[in-house]
Amino acid sequence: MLLAVVSVGVLIVSAVFSFCLGRNPLKASAAGAAGAVLASLIGLVPTIKTLISPAKESFSLPCSLPIGSFTLALDPLSAVFLFPVFILTAASAVYGLDYLKPLAGKKPLGTAWASFNLLSAAMVLVLLSADAVPFLMGWEAMAAASFVLVVFEHEKPQVRKAGLIYLVAGGCGALFLLFMFALLSPSSGSLVFSSLARPAGAAASAAFMCAVLGFGLKAGFIPLHIWLPEAHPAAPSHVSAVMSGVMIKMGVYGLLRVLAILGAPPSWWGGLLIAVGAVSAAAGVLFAMAQHDLKRLLAWSSIENIGIITMGIGLGLLGRALSNPSLAALGYGGALLHVVNHAFFKGLLFMSAGSVLHSAGTAELEALGGLLKKMPFTAFFFFFGSAAACALPPLNGFTGEFLIYLGAFKNSGAAEPAAFPALIAIASLAATGALACAAFAKAGGSVFLGEPRSNRFEKLHDAGPLMKASMALLAALCAALGLCSPLLLRPLAGAVTPLSVPFPLLDAGANMLYVSAGALALIALAVCAWAFRSALSRGRAPARGVTWDCGYAAPTARMQYGASAFTQPLTDFFQPLLRKARAYPAITEYFPGAASFSTEARAVFYNHLYAPVGAQLKRLAFRYTWLQHGQLQLYLLYIVIALMALLVWKL
Amino acid sequence: MIKPLIQYFLALALAPLFSGVINRVKAFFAGRRGVPVFQLYFDLYKLVHKTPVYSRTTTWLFRAGPVAGLAAMLCALAFLPFGGRPAFLSFEGDLILLAYLLGLARFATVLAALDTGSSFEGMGASREVQFAVFAEPAFFLALAALARGGGGLSLAGIFTNLTPSAWFTASPVLILVTGSLFLVFLAENSRVPVDDPNTHLELTMIHEVMVLDHSGPDLAFIFYGAALKLWVFGSLIACVILPRHSGSWLVDAGAFILAMSAIAALVGVVESVMGRLRLLKVPYLLMTALTFSILALIFQAGR
Repeated sequence: MLLAVVSVGVLIVSAVFSFCLGRNPLKASAAGAAGAVLASLIGLVPTIKTLISPAKESFSLPCSLPIGSFTLALDPLSAVFLFPVFILTAASAVYGLDYLKPLAGKKPLGTAWASFNLLSAAMVLVLLSADAVPFLMGWEAMAAASFVLVVFEHEKPQVRKAGLIYLVAGGCGALFLLFMFALLSPSSGSLVFSSLARPAGAAASAAFMCAVLGFGLKAGFIPLHIWLPEAHPAAPSHVSAVMSGVMIKMGVYGLLRVLAILGAPPSWWGGLLIAVGAVSAAAGVLFAMAQHDLKRLLAWSSIENIGIITMGIGLGLLGRALSNPSLAALGYGGALLHVVNHAFFKGLLFMSAGSVLHSAGTAELEALGGLLKKMPFTAFFFFFGSAAACALPPLNGFTGEFLIYLGAFKNSGAAEPAAFPALIAIASLAATGALACAAFAKAGGSVFLGEPRSNRFEKLHDAGPLMKASMALLAALCAALGLCSPLLLRPLAGAVTPLSVPFPLLDAGANMLYVSAGALALIALAVCAWAFRSALSRGRAPARGVTWDCGYAAPTARMQYGASAFTQPLTDFFQPLLRKARAYPAITEYFPGAASFSTEARAVFYNHLYAPVGAQLKRLAFRYTWLQHGQLQLYLLYIVIALMALLVWKL
Repeated sequence: MIKPLIQYFLALALAPLFSGVINRVKAFFAGRRGVPVFQLYFDLYKLVHKTPVYSRTTTWLFRAGPVAGLAAMLCALAFLPFGGRPAFLSFEGDLILLAYLLGLARFATVLAALDTGSSFEGMGASREVQFAVFAEPAFFLALAALARGGGGLSLAGIFTNLTPSAWFTASPVLILVTGSLFLVFLAENSRVPVDDPNTHLELTMIHEVMVLDHSGPDLAFIFYGAALKLWVFGSLIACVILPRHSGSWLVDAGAFILAMSAIAALVGVVESVMGRLRLLKVPYLLMTALTFSILALIFQAGR
């Protein structure tokens, strides 16, 4: 436990160091990265210890906070989240050393590294807090540090816009959380989690809704997600990996923590989360498929995975409400397993996308192509991560979804209240899996396969050695977690105990053993098939030719199927939801001349939901501009009047 | 233990037979004599002895695709019941793993197709992933409807639990599930009315066009994988329509193989009596399958 606190200290100290060394970018980077790696190694010790032998350790810093205390605790639930936080922090820091090197002297790297380490420190603080005040401090520090990283390339207008949306979303989320903690805090005034209790009557549901909105804004539940596809691609790629891999999971963690406090739920809470999760998963991957930018596609895919996790939590809540321990265990267990799995494969995917961006200077799907030959390692890691993201065995993405499926299937046969949401979950998971395959086939296919669509990319280099090492670490973890899933059930069983009645998650062990057996059998069969195939062609050099082109005399790389074309049948089918903008000339003559085609994936929820509401609010606010006149002294007076009014109201 | 192994190798040996059956039925309808029933075996033998040709555009992924696809199908067979009897890796939840192994095979084929840089193969891949989006939910919900009948979550458990009396008490459910699975079967195995395996125009193909550039052993792997896929979907249907377990393994296995042949014959009849749908209409066909599955679930819930 103490070591976990030390790792926060190391992160903060190294952040200060790299900020102060900002004049010398190389030293600042070294300080930042070394601090992050050291802190992660220190922090992993108590985390893994807690995962192996579930126990709760508490720790109080001997300093007082206004209305709160610095109480920290490390229990298996925190540890499940801390594990990917530490690993991804270390891997991203190592990756970032190579990734940011070309920017030395052009960009304030000291600030970037300081924010990166502060972001990690804030996440660890959020996960360790056992009191609402340090929790919220960590929460806000996390938002602030990641904001600095999101606007790292602030000279681009769309990055500034992303930063603004991110800031507003973070502020709104925090407001809901304040309200939620106010509802949960007992009259004694202590905000230690153990003294928080379920409020009576409808206030419990109000607190739950505040939690869903506040934490959902961070996690990216649709329709609260609008900041996510803007902010994640804007940040440097190693930061995107951390943000998508673990930072949004803080919302999931907060939700689980509050659900543990709220105790026995009514069944509609579970139904609501399943609905939110099903919509986020299906719509998230649908929008991912429609994107034209690699990092943006990955950001949308994070929304999809958050949806899958939320469905798991919803099934867990439903199981809890219906006193159905196996449903609760499988739902929560699957959700937590997917949290860890997604962190690793999404980190891997963002890093390989970052390598493409780093080398080619663009992540535009339609512009790239054929990069596999220039960047074999990056391409391999991308396809590896894609297979995990599509939940394909034998990689880790499958295991978490398998548990959620299992829970849903077990209850699709149960009595009525559980069956319908369970079926929704099954249908959504099935459609999501197929759509994810489409999205990742499109992304990987148009970036890495075929021929280069432009000769701009003649002199590409593969990722640097440190970048490769980070990606290799995450890929190895993806494979290991996929093959060793039965071993992960014990830590998960420990982590879900605070959430509901104690239950035998280990029952699922037999199923997971078979899943592992299947995965190993698959690998063995693939090796056999490969060996057979090699034996067949031994001594015969394969002939080389051109791709079959129907005998066409002058094929060009531009005739390949592009990214938009690949998903066009699906995007057309879902056009009422996706609302893609398309422009192409109508052909009127027999011999049409030059033509152009453009298609754009638009921010549907922003354009059709938030922008109109925002415009109304703005109109309303303009009526009261006379209140906002720029006189600081009068603003202070407002504050004093507000305080007095509150005092009078409370007295 | 020995019986599941025999079943496994029997499936491996018999799977290519059914495309021969389909072809014979089609030839009968067309008034031709048709290719031999064992033609696919001859083709496979011929192909594995050929030297492959690789496009200069392709990479290791193109060669890995058929291997991964075949390995996934071989692995899927290890979970698939044979005539309602458990396979050697049957477990609670094997239906989920089975579906995702099929997904792995699809993903590998699609990536290998895109690796050629051919717009035809891109087209085929694009259609393949599109139809999967509609077929997967239909498939899963059909299995959920079956699982609701009892017998747990392993395919073997579900089919063991499915007795002939179920066809009297729950015939609407089973008919709808069979219908849904049959439509998914046609789509997943690229049969008419979704795809025409005999078409000769690259623009209109789906599965065939994805494998245009594969040759030699790679193509043999793909053909064999496709035969196994036909076996997987066919045997799911056969297990639903043939719920009799006589107690004698030989009788069961014989009846099961007969049922599989009947399904193959039915596919041949379908291919002979109707043309393929326009590609734009295929999603609606699969929507029908999804509707069947949902209706089956509703009827099952009402039982």
